[in-house]
Amino acid sequence: MADLADTTAIAHHERDALVESSRTGFLVASPAYIYLIVFFAIPFLIVIVYSFASRSPTGATRLENWNFDSYIKLFDTVVVQVVSRSVWIALVTTVICLVLAYPFAYYLATRDRRIRNVLLVLVMIPFWSNFLVRTYAWRFILSNEGPVGTAVEWMGFQLNVLFTPTAVIIGLVYGFLPFMILPLYAAIERLDWRLVEAARDLYADGWTAFRNVTLPLTKSDIIAGSLLVFVPSLGAYVTDTILGGAKTEVLGTFIVRQFQAARNWPFGSALSVVLMAVMLAAVLIRTRTGAREV
Amino acid sequence: MTIAVSLTGITKRFDDVVAVDDVSIDIADGEFFSLLGPSGCGKTTLLRMIAGLEFPTAGTIEIHGEVQGLRPPDKRPVNTVFQSYALFPHMSVTENIGFGLRMKKVSESEIKARVDEVIGLVQLTGMERRRPEQMSGGQQQRVALARALVNKPEVLLLDEPLGALDLKLRQAMQFELKELQQRVGITFVYVTHDQEEALTMSDRIAVMSSGKLLQVAAPEEMYERPANRFVASFIGETNFLRGEVAAPGRVRIEGGIEVGAHTESAPGTAVMLALRPEKMFLAPADADRSAFGPDDTLVDGEVLRKLYMGDHLFYEIRLVGGAVVKVWEQNAPRVLKHDPGAKVIVDWRSEAVTALED
Repeated sequence: MADLADTTAIAHHERDALVESSRTGFLVASPAYIYLIVFFAIPFLIVIVYSFASRSPTGATRLENWNFDSYIKLFDTVVVQVVSRSVWIALVTTVICLVLAYPFAYYLATRDRRIRNVLLVLVMIPFWSNFLVRTYAWRFILSNEGPVGTAVEWMGFQLNVLFTPTAVIIGLVYGFLPFMILPLYAAIERLDWRLVEAARDLYADGWTAFRNVTLPLTKSDIIAGSLLVFVPSLGAYVTDTILGGAKTEVLGTFIVRQFQAARNWPFGSALSVVLMAVMLAAVLIRTRTGAREV
Repeated sequence: MTIAVSLTGITKRFDDVVAVDDVSIDIADGEFFSLLGPSGCGKTTLLRMIAGLEFPTAGTIEIHGEVQGLRPPDKRPVNTVFQSYALFPHMSVTENIGFGLRMKKVSESEIKARVDEVIGLVQLTGMERRRPEQMSGGQQQRVALARALVNKPEVLLLDEPLGALDLKLRQAMQFELKELQQRVGITFVYVTHDQEEALTMSDRIAVMSSGKLLQVAAPEEMYERPANRFVASFIGETNFLRGEVAAPGRVRIEGGIEVGAHTESAPGTAVMLALRPEKMFLAPADADRSAFGPDDTLVDGEVLRKLYMGDHLFYEIRLVGGAVVKVWEQNAPRVLKHDPGAKVIVDWRSEAVTALED
């Protein structure tokens, strides 16, 4: 009996300690919580509320006569086109980033420390200047008067790539490539190379060993990097505004148009909610599949 | 004798470090051959070169008469049991073991049969669907062994396979491995830094130090007749006494005492006597000296220390010449015990002592 009493006392003690440590944890995290609640959760709630609002004949938003009109409007052909174009552009961007980043990350992770650090800094240097400025630079590079355009013209062709989806994709790949490189680099860098050697020893040639060992062991980071590229590409605004044209309207620019030129705040809000939901779904899928990994 | 692995003049340089320095060894078919040495002596590099995971800077590797050259690991008839096993974490036991056969495009039905057979052989029945992280170190070790053995390699390379196991399990696995090797009849090349492991399991041992091959011999010969001071001190305990050959089979040590020793060196050569602590016996100073045989060397000494070790007693004795030696005496009923300060006679057989040239 005494033993039992002791163990319950210890159990209580342990529980108290647990409660205590979770309390401290909450305290430490609270600035971030407060920041996220004030600047993210509350504004987003406002967006959700606005998405059910109605409009006056002049287009002003009225917080009355709540309705689903904005959500019904999501199924308009124009909207479906914009959404599918956005998804397509984001997907192509992600695939190109993956194809470019994996070999580079592999190369990076297999260099010796000195070269590796130099290359890593090079990957991050673009972040030191403004994204907007860099995108404007691309506008020059891709224009018919730019270096590429001039060279192509000299060969007797016209470049004509600016203001097309191709230009947007080039801009997005440029902007988000580091987000793919960094997780892949981290994954390959911590890879246990003895496993690759074991595969080679067990009659796998270099490529087969890569397919059977390296690739599956970096799978969860491929997914992570893809999300880091796909999610911001889907909501991209700056790139499409500067490098795209009327024919490349994507969700980001389309939403902004609802708030500005079209003066349709409820519809813009509904679009934002949908975009948010798609991104959340993508992240949820990632956490689910990620949890099943080793 | 068919030669399974023939190494000729193997040298491996990493930048300006010589990891393996002009090593030549012939390993017989079906032999349990150990590469023994302290860490960094080049034994693992040598093993990796046989596997094809490294290529020699100079020298030739032949496996059953075929020169390997720059042949990659997947084209060599050998398999490796890696240190810390290197099991594929994303595959089950069955998938791990079947990997090599799948790469060789063996039919699924044959893979299943052979994997099942080897799982029985290493006693892992019932664990087929587990992942490596769900298994103990000993079980993982068996999977690593099975993964290599299932391919029926001409030579199995083992890189300190028991290193990560605790002492009891390691000892049990030593017997099991040896038995397994005899059963499957595959040539084993076994890398270890554990001299006891090498002695108990091997048919022959190669001792390496700083990239150089020091001696190749059967365990008994290696222990009884070490070729040099490094081998003598690396394998077992040894006392070293500086001396000079006085006459065939006679060596003069410190204090001008002449003792019997196994030596082929010419008189006048400076040598180092290697005496194993268990090959020396103690008798009281007043014992009848005529009772000892003609091959016995008797030297007077004094007990400095006595330590009780359970199965034996550890003595430190100062010989008359001034040299201090370690002596182990069995803790048996008839063996006399000597306390510190006691005068004793230290006795050894001439053939138990090896004279090493420096």
